[in-house]
Amino acid sequence: MAHAPSNNLREPLILGEKSYHDITVDICRPIETRANKLWYVVFGLSFITMLWGIGLIAYTVGTGLGVWGLNKSVEWAWDITNFVWWIGIGHAGTLISAILLLFRQRWRMSINRAAEAMTIFAVICAAIYPVFHMGRVWVGYWVLPLPNQFGSLWANFNSPLLWDVFAISTYFSVSLVFWYIGLIPDFATVRDRAITPAAKKAYTLLSFGWTGNAKAWARFEEVSLVLAGLSTPLVLSVHTIVSMDFATSVIPGWHTTIFPPYFVAGAIFSGFAMVLTLMLIVRKVLGLEAYITVAHVEAMNKIIILTGSIVGVAYLTELFMSWYSGVEYEQYAFLNRATGPYWWAYWSMMTCNVVTPQLFWFPKIRKSLVATFIISIFVNIGMWFERFVIIVTSLHRDYLPSSWMMFHPSFVDIGIFVGSIGLFFVMFLLFARTFPVIALNELKTILKATGKYKRTSPQPEYKIEDLILESRKGKSGAAIHGEEHH
Amino acid sequence: MHDGVYPAVTAGAAPVVEAAEEPATAPEHKEGDAHATPHGRPQAPVAVAAPVAAAISADPATISTAAANLNKVKGGAFELVIYEKTGLGDGRLANNPWLQELPDPISRVTWDNYITMSIADMNSDDFKFNILNGQEQLSNVAEVVVNGVTLKLPVYASPGQAKGTIGIALGYGRTKAGKTANGIGANAFPAVTINKDNGFFEYSAVDVKVNKTSETYNLAGTQTFHTMMGRAIVKETTLDAYKKDAKAGNEPVLLSLSNGTKDTPNNVNLWEDHPRLNHKWGMSIDLNTCLGCGACVIGCHSENNVAVVGKDEVRRGRDMHWLRIDRYYTSDMTEKKAEEEGVGAIDKFLDMEVPSDSPRVVFQPVMCQHCNHAPCETVCPVLATTHSNEGLNQMTYNRCIGTKYCGNNCPYKVRRFNWFKYADNSAFDFHMNDTLGKMVLNPDVIVRGRGVMEKCSMCVQRIQEGKLNAKKEGRRPIDGEIKTACQQVCPTNAITFGDLNDDTHTVTKHSKEPRMYHLLEEVGIQPSVFYMTKVRNVSASEL
Repeated sequence: MAHAPSNNLREPLILGEKSYHDITVDICRPIETRANKLWYVVFGLSFITMLWGIGLIAYTVGTGLGVWGLNKSVEWAWDITNFVWWIGIGHAGTLISAILLLFRQRWRMSINRAAEAMTIFAVICAAIYPVFHMGRVWVGYWVLPLPNQFGSLWANFNSPLLWDVFAISTYFSVSLVFWYIGLIPDFATVRDRAITPAAKKAYTLLSFGWTGNAKAWARFEEVSLVLAGLSTPLVLSVHTIVSMDFATSVIPGWHTTIFPPYFVAGAIFSGFAMVLTLMLIVRKVLGLEAYITVAHVEAMNKIIILTGSIVGVAYLTELFMSWYSGVEYEQYAFLNRATGPYWWAYWSMMTCNVVTPQLFWFPKIRKSLVATFIISIFVNIGMWFERFVIIVTSLHRDYLPSSWMMFHPSFVDIGIFVGSIGLFFVMFLLFARTFPVIALNELKTILKATGKYKRTSPQPEYKIEDLILESRKGKSGAAIHGEEHH
Repeated sequence: MHDGVYPAVTAGAAPVVEAAEEPATAPEHKEGDAHATPHGRPQAPVAVAAPVAAAISADPATISTAAANLNKVKGGAFELVIYEKTGLGDGRLANNPWLQELPDPISRVTWDNYITMSIADMNSDDFKFNILNGQEQLSNVAEVVVNGVTLKLPVYASPGQAKGTIGIALGYGRTKAGKTANGIGANAFPAVTINKDNGFFEYSAVDVKVNKTSETYNLAGTQTFHTMMGRAIVKETTLDAYKKDAKAGNEPVLLSLSNGTKDTPNNVNLWEDHPRLNHKWGMSIDLNTCLGCGACVIGCHSENNVAVVGKDEVRRGRDMHWLRIDRYYTSDMTEKKAEEEGVGAIDKFLDMEVPSDSPRVVFQPVMCQHCNHAPCETVCPVLATTHSNEGLNQMTYNRCIGTKYCGNNCPYKVRRFNWFKYADNSAFDFHMNDTLGKMVLNPDVIVRGRGVMEKCSMCVQRIQEGKLNAKKEGRRPIDGEIKTACQQVCPTNAITFGDLNDDTHTVTKHSKEPRMYHLLEEVGIQPSVFYMTKVRNVSASEL
């Protein structure tokens, strides 16, 4: 990354007068040390929840979709709500890593790694729903335009669900490659510091033989830019296409041209909220307060105000357009959202998404980590309700009142959602202990430019040499590689 | 052809139908004694309609008997009318799962009998029963004490039922009828007495006590929302207006175009039309002649191997009926009234949800409308639902992967999903899991597996058969040669099927009639099924 001149008007992005070596040590610490009890407790809980979710998915596939709460009028509910919610969450990672890279926002470097991990994990969680909401999941591969022996059967390119398949698989693969490319130099650092043969071997494989020479760095920078360029349209396209699942339909409350921009803003909004939720925990648990600072939180909070306001304007525009359209079905659909039997969902959405983020106009709240954490949870909840409101309240009362029904989730609906949260945290917790959670080599590029730093390294809390000796005692013939890579 | 107008009172129809229909045509009941039943059974001592009362007024003895009978009905006591349901009759057909799952024409409740009661009585201080029985509000259970017999049943709100009366259907509470009928509801026969004077069964009783209990019960209704919410779903007009203008009540739906003109949705079109080289199948449904009896639903069940899903699944809103009959009550709140009285939109719609105390009732059979620009077809990712070049919207079950997107995007909500495996499954013990029961299945129609969507095919197997027969004889199918199952069983010929490309077919003539309209035409999906305005012999103020 380019070295921008130091700017004293801005708060430093790395606190605590770190040296290059400090950065390495701080960020490798979770990988090289043992997890504490809390980690095991949270991991255990997440793992059990995940298993419960897997069990319920197996139950669904084995018995039939009837174990969910769906009915003849509301044939999508929690499944697609959760899908859109998770996909939306993923968007912040892509925005941070791609768009902020192109805009040379240096503050992204402390959070992009974890945010991209969140993207990958969120897309995996999201994928559960379109897959298992299919009545015949075992023939789900028919959505892929594969050459086949069923005759001339081919996918329907008119169907937004098919666009989803392309949009999300592209999104997932590009995000994964982008994330992985960024990880290679950091894996190499971990490899160079690894003391056990297993870790050595694993990180050697993961780092693809990275040597850190100038040419490799030059190519790394180039490919990062190219991938950022490729990812940038994806930030806009994925949720645009997800929104078309609804926008291209004829259902009042779905059939709206405002959906693409509104969904993209909502996705970034919810994604940043989730990044904040996660990063506020991560910085505390992994002791990364010096790297993820109040300045970072504040920058993200500003994006939350922006996107939250866009979402708020979109909600009001929807209301206006439904009235202005003169279409009785549209008018009723929106009146029913706000005042019908699901009014509580609508007003939860309004409160969480429109009102609470506006508190960030106050610098005190914007800079308060506790307030930010609470508001980020509110936004996560509000964005879930947004999708619930769009999907369920539109379907439950559409054209013919004879078909109007309520939707009630079954324990399976709830269990699979909770299970996907468990899966997310299982992946994230494993990531936090095995991957460098901050792009440490990238971060080193801004150390000098963004604040006070140290030229000489103080003694680390633990000496790598001691660890080597320790491991030698334990396992004779263990390979010793103490050389550190900057 | 039923251009002729049926009188609104259909003598001889199911008693409950009368109960709902009659107040519109015989308003004297409203003003008359609260205990005068609209069920109109002559045996019932107090069921004296106004003209009859006038006729017998000459006989003082009869009057005093009637007065004595009226006096017997003490404060808080009810008059009970015991009736037969359209499907089960007196219960001799109770072991047939098709009929158990056939919604009652009026209440739309399946699989149970219940106490029908007027909303005014349910709201009274004695009871305060839940009115909106369905998914959200469970029905309160009450005990009915009649002639020393106690019947414990859920109470169902029946708009239009006279205050002070209750109704209970026969045919339930069976103990030895078979696996389907046993143990459903309560048996009302012990409450039937024999009239000492004429030896006839007395299907009514006075001085009936209704006691509230603390229990609730979830009645399995297929329709839990009862009014049209001010939408032009069933179009109606009066006979006088119809005589003046045959298009009365059927004002065309017009869309405003960007060039300032207006046009019908069928002419405003972004899509290319499907080719209609040979046949173009279509169907007309005359709302004038439809009684709402539900024979078509059963005809469809038997023709198309439609699964019975049972009480619990109906409660969850998962009945499999390819063809359903929508029943709408009128509400006291109308668009016009809201405008005149300045009622706000929120209150207007909340009031519209509540049926009138003495509503008019309309029926509307709704099946797949075989839209020519079908919203379901564009959204299926695997082309499991496609358009035939004969105008049918066809479902390829083997190709369906079950995303249910088509079902969501259907404005008529006629698509039915196989939430479970309904055949060969002991959890659905309704004869599709045993060899004898399977012999009833139609071999021309596939039994759908779990996880696929299904819907009305317009009896494509019958169309195919008719086409082949015609081809063998080197001619085109003649009018009425191909009949769908629903059309075949309709007692009033409300349903007509045929080829819209053939001018000799009745359906083509219907399509050119002024009463013809498409349901939800404004969505622009060009349905192949169309409806005919309902013409009522009432004054304009009563409509």
